[in-house]
Amino acid sequence: MTIIEMIKQPWPWYVAGPIIGLMVPLLLIFGNKSFGISSSLRHVCAACMPAKIPFFQYDWKKEIWNLFFVFGIFIGGILTAMYLKTDAAVVVNQELVNELSGYGINDYSSLVPLDLFNWASLSTPRGFVLMVIGGFLVGFGTRYAGGCTSGHAIMGLSNLQLPSLIATISFMAGGFIMANLILPHILSL
Amino acid sequence: MQNNIKDTNTDFEVKSLDAAMCVNEEEVKLPMWYNLQYLVFGVLFGIVLIKSEVVSWFRIQEMFRLQSFHMFGVIGSAVVVGAISVFLIKKFNIKTIRGEKIIFSDKTFNKGQIYGGLLFGFGWAMTGACPGPLFAQLGYGAATISITILMAIVGTWVYGKFREKLPH
Repeated sequence: MTIIEMIKQPWPWYVAGPIIGLMVPLLLIFGNKSFGISSSLRHVCAACMPAKIPFFQYDWKKEIWNLFFVFGIFIGGILTAMYLKTDAAVVVNQELVNELSGYGINDYSSLVPLDLFNWASLSTPRGFVLMVIGGFLVGFGTRYAGGCTSGHAIMGLSNLQLPSLIATISFMAGGFIMANLILPHILSL
Repeated sequence: MQNNIKDTNTDFEVKSLDAAMCVNEEEVKLPMWYNLQYLVFGVLFGIVLIKSEVVSWFRIQEMFRLQSFHMFGVIGSAVVVGAISVFLIKKFNIKTIRGEKIIFSDKTFNKGQIYGGLLFGFGWAMTGACPGPLFAQLGYGAATISITILMAIVGTWVYGKFREKLPH
């Protein structure tokens, strides 16, 4: 197996996790920056529609590195699709496959279930709730919490910040409640 | 805290808003192309996110149903490597490549970390993505994610608009 073929395979957690963890010292040593992504959404608001809201009155240009980083993630997605893509579908627990098949979700070819996330389903109740309400909650919740998985769970925990531990536990609790108790009802819509 | 929330920083991800001592004036003098390094780091991060499948909606569902160790392994080992790095930077007083002291900002607790955290958790399980992965998913070709990103920006804006009325 050549190296490029190896890279094309799904990476195990013990390869991916440490690389993600290394983003912390990389950003600190190369630019004195704290790893954190969700604030990019705030910078977009501050740059495009501050609307005299105090929360968006700051010099977002001083934080422009964050927008470069986020644009890089987008480019990374494009490059992976162009050069490092496999045709193999994601392999997940059979119990999940059985459960999702009950909701008509059978397409594992993409990062998101194409049965749910497509333009046509945007006008269906479940598609609307997942894409529109879900997206809203990601933006609203991360800023309310002052960070997301990168800023709190990875950077904050790495720096042993108790508020980040509280936030991370809350993220997980919210996810468990949604996936197990609420999502089944949304998928049945 | 409620009455002076307007002037209280609850968002510790915006370095230029942290205590005045943290404002890194040297950054201002650096040319714009210097930011291209962050683009490169972002590209690397985006590739890792996709190849490790942590931006897969299915993998997120598995995690929240405790049906796989994968996501916990990724996040757990990332935190361990990050924590060791921070420890070493502090212990040996490691400087940036330009010789500056590396600055860490402490976060203070507010109830938003719980309320906002829960709401973000809901969104994470619904969209299968946190903010970083949204951009990776879009780049990878999931075009409908542009709607999710747009709504995440709207959500951020609405938070900013009603921030002073929310419990913190």
